[in-house]
Amino acid sequence: MLKYIIKKLLIGCLTLFVLATITFFGMKAMPGNPFSQDNRALSQEAYEALEAKYGLDKPVTEQYVIYMTNALHGDFGESISKKGQQVADIIISRFPVTAKLGLVAFAIALVVGLVFGIISALTKRRVTNNVITMIATMGVSIPGFLLAILMMILFGVKLGWLPVVGLDSWKHYIMPALALSFSSISMITRLTRSSLKDVMNKDYITLARSKGTKEVMVTVKHGLKNALLPVITYCGPMFAGLITGSLVIETLFSIPGIGREFTSSITNRDYTLVMGLTLFFGAIVIIMNIISDVVAAIIDPRIKLGK
Amino acid sequence: MENREIVYTDDLFEKLDDSEKNSEFIAVESKTFLKDAWDRFKKNKIALAGLIFLVVMVILVIFVPLLSPYSYEEQNMSLRNAMPSLAHPFGTDQLGRDILVRVMYGGRISLAIGFATALINLVIGIVYGGVSGYVGGKVDMVMMGIIDIIYAVPTLLYVVLILMIFGNSIPSMMLAICLTSWIQMARQVRTQVMSLKEMEFSLAAKVLGASNLRILIKHLIINALGPIIVCLTMMVPSAIFTESFLSFVGIGLDLSIPSWGTLANDCRNVIFTYPIQIVWIVVIMCLTILSLNFVGDGLGEALENKR
Repeated sequence: MLKYIIKKLLIGCLTLFVLATITFFGMKAMPGNPFSQDNRALSQEAYEALEAKYGLDKPVTEQYVIYMTNALHGDFGESISKKGQQVADIIISRFPVTAKLGLVAFAIALVVGLVFGIISALTKRRVTNNVITMIATMGVSIPGFLLAILMMILFGVKLGWLPVVGLDSWKHYIMPALALSFSSISMITRLTRSSLKDVMNKDYITLARSKGTKEVMVTVKHGLKNALLPVITYCGPMFAGLITGSLVIETLFSIPGIGREFTSSITNRDYTLVMGLTLFFGAIVIIMNIISDVVAAIIDPRIKLGK
Repeated sequence: MENREIVYTDDLFEKLDDSEKNSEFIAVESKTFLKDAWDRFKKNKIALAGLIFLVVMVILVIFVPLLSPYSYEEQNMSLRNAMPSLAHPFGTDQLGRDILVRVMYGGRISLAIGFATALINLVIGIVYGGVSGYVGGKVDMVMMGIIDIIYAVPTLLYVVLILMIFGNSIPSMMLAICLTSWIQMARQVRTQVMSLKEMEFSLAAKVLGASNLRILIKHLIINALGPIIVCLTMMVPSAIFTESFLSFVGIGLDLSIPSWGTLANDCRNVIFTYPIQIVWIVVIMCLTILSLNFVGDGLGEALENKR
């Protein structure tokens, strides 16, 4: 087990290193430099002073080494558009907002998806099944941000039930979290349904039933426990989806989180901030992938032997 | 148990009259693979409806300059933010431009990006997946390792990087989308090729002296076309989604290029006052993406139960 975790961690580090390198040289390849954006003309001395301050006068390879060593110590440099603010500080101050919203969305997706999946796998009523299938199909196809726009117009503007800006009370969470988790709900519903249906036809379920185990126990202990595996492996990619979604959802609902920071840093061409956030996002997704892989391997030891 | 032996004697059988012997008669019309698939596809009403909607959409989108009395940029200051009427079925926007016409022009770019990226992915995916699956061994391990590393990072980060380096034009958007989405296709092709190359017909071709390239293209890829086409259809909506959501947030295409994303971005500032404008775009987009998914599902069922 330990060997498996170490292997996963090493691959994760390698991936992050590749990402950092690509981002660094990508930023260097970008046309223009951060200071040519300024409207006021810079004198030659001021320009050189700025370049020296950000270390841009050194050769690229040296800049790369400096950047990587600093990044390892958690220092991503100073934001270019927000003078005097450290990139790391911006991330630390904005991240809790996104994390809270993301966790709420994650919980909704997991609970609703599992419940829908279980109902749809076990029910004998066709109507119930059809309704759930329809929701699941829509969720997989319709992008979350389109749903967010529609909800915003319906519940926020027309009916006035829910606030549309900010993230102050629990009411503020409803729409963004729902929009964020919509596609994950459908994915988890689909995964749970197909794997639970599969498992419920296995011999050991019949055996458990024939021994007189209560149906609830059979479903939860013998059925669900074995059916959960695909859902757990999906949790890793799901975090990537949540982060991608946070970008547009936070911008749409004006939520001061890290996703909105990312969009505005791109629009402002704030290179250091973009790089810092890219690495941060990448690291989160990679870590989440490792966690879901490891949990899956703990549940089903066959996995680590390789498919 | 009783052990009974049946003795077959001639008098148990009756001779068929010569007039009834028509072994050459074919009771069912012989069908080609495509005809067979099309017949199955037609039975799926939802998929058929999706296909019809898509065909109508594509025709409208292509011929919109000929059909419409208004141009994309034509402004009518006396008719700003008009509600739907006979002259403007979807109403007009803040500058008095016809929304229906604008949505159709937007569809041109969005659909073009969707289909073009899917085709590029097809080519890259077949080459990469085909080689990796056919050669196997160490080559396969390295090629799949590269894919795993690319895939571990959320698509979004690459897309943002590419757009920042190469500008917010259509080609760079397509490059950005292709950069990660070909992986899905490559994986699909690889799995197919790996299972098909073990089959007898592939061995037979080898024995007859066919070159590796010929076996790969003529025998393996052709036989894997079903799953490949399904994968291809599913790529179009995801490309449309990526483009539209980035443009909507303002970091995708340049706002002067009409696509569904940029149009939605355009309507964002009147979302509270004239929500209907953005609703049109959202509805058309949802219908298109849903249709594509339905067609993909239908094709999957029609092509795959061949085997």
